[in-house]
Amino acid sequence: MHEMGIVLHLAKTLEETAAEEKLTKIGSVTLQVGEVSGIMTDYFVDCWNYFRTRHPVLAQAELKIETAAAVTYCGSCGRTYPTVKFGRTCPWCSSGETWLVTGDQCVIKEIEAEGGEEPEES
Amino acid sequence: MKIIELGRTVTAANDREARELRRRLKEQGTLLINLMSSPGSGKTTLLSRLITDMPDLKIGVMEADIDSAVDAEKIEALGARAIQVHTGGMCHMDAGMTAQALEELGGQGLDLVFLENVGNLICPAEYDTGAGLCLMILSVPEGDDKPLKYPLIFRESHGAVISKLDALPYFDFDLEKCRSRIEKLRPGAAVMPVSAKTGQGMDRLEAWLRQQLAAWRS
Repeated sequence: MHEMGIVLHLAKTLEETAAEEKLTKIGSVTLQVGEVSGIMTDYFVDCWNYFRTRHPVLAQAELKIETAAAVTYCGSCGRTYPTVKFGRTCPWCSSGETWLVTGDQCVIKEIEAEGGEEPEES
Repeated sequence: MKIIELGRTVTAANDREARELRRRLKEQGTLLINLMSSPGSGKTTLLSRLITDMPDLKIGVMEADIDSAVDAEKIEALGARAIQVHTGGMCHMDAGMTAQALEELGGQGLDLVFLENVGNLICPAEYDTGAGLCLMILSVPEGDDKPLKYPLIFRESHGAVISKLDALPYFDFDLEKCRSRIEKLRPGAAVMPVSAKTGQGMDRLEAWLRQQLAAWRS
């Protein structure tokens, strides 16, 4: 259910982009998904493949997912460490005063598309 | 095929709709409050009390749920404007759904509109609904460790209501620990312990809401 919600938002953002850029067809979508975004990628792709068929511009759009590493910063010792391996506790100084720096994102990195405005002739 | 670098978040279209809705509401002088909590935290009971306690304010309530209309019926019985919103299985409300619900409610002329988001501490916090204020409720029986387990909702909320304060003697809920955990996630957040049953702490919450409404309109 959670993944389906994100798929709906992805489709909406892509349709808006297609309208802005006057794209006729989107061939692929590359997403950057953080390791701790809470998105199950297999399930997400399944939801996308079901959903894209309903939108003419998106019907051919294959989803490519790149995983982005999660990094946590420790406020006590000022060092960073990989989040997935060590969780909330800093492996350097055992402090719990830590914050996620990156790794919870879900960003559309790039799309492959047809159409769009040709450069103006002078 | 050409490659277009986007670098846009997946929710970019929703974020734009949310900003538009917020601007419209600001012009109207209506403060939309995104009320988030887990199921059974006492959202409807708290709202019933607020409506009864602040008869001078025109209050609307949008009850988002996967199904049923129980909550909206309870609120309407108190004389406030209320509608039930079915999310069709979705775990959260987004800006488009909120704008549509507001139209259905007839948001014009209201002072406060509460959007009772789907009962869930995770997904609702991830989507901007267009609300001017985010308020979360944590009930005493849920435990003081929730800020550690679900940090995002506390980070996103301007205020946190600690509800069911009358149950405090029966649970190992450390109010001060909870307060400092919330403060770490969102420095300056208003933490307001209340009991909608006995009325304890309601005056402070109501004063805070009036202050937020005045700030929204200034």
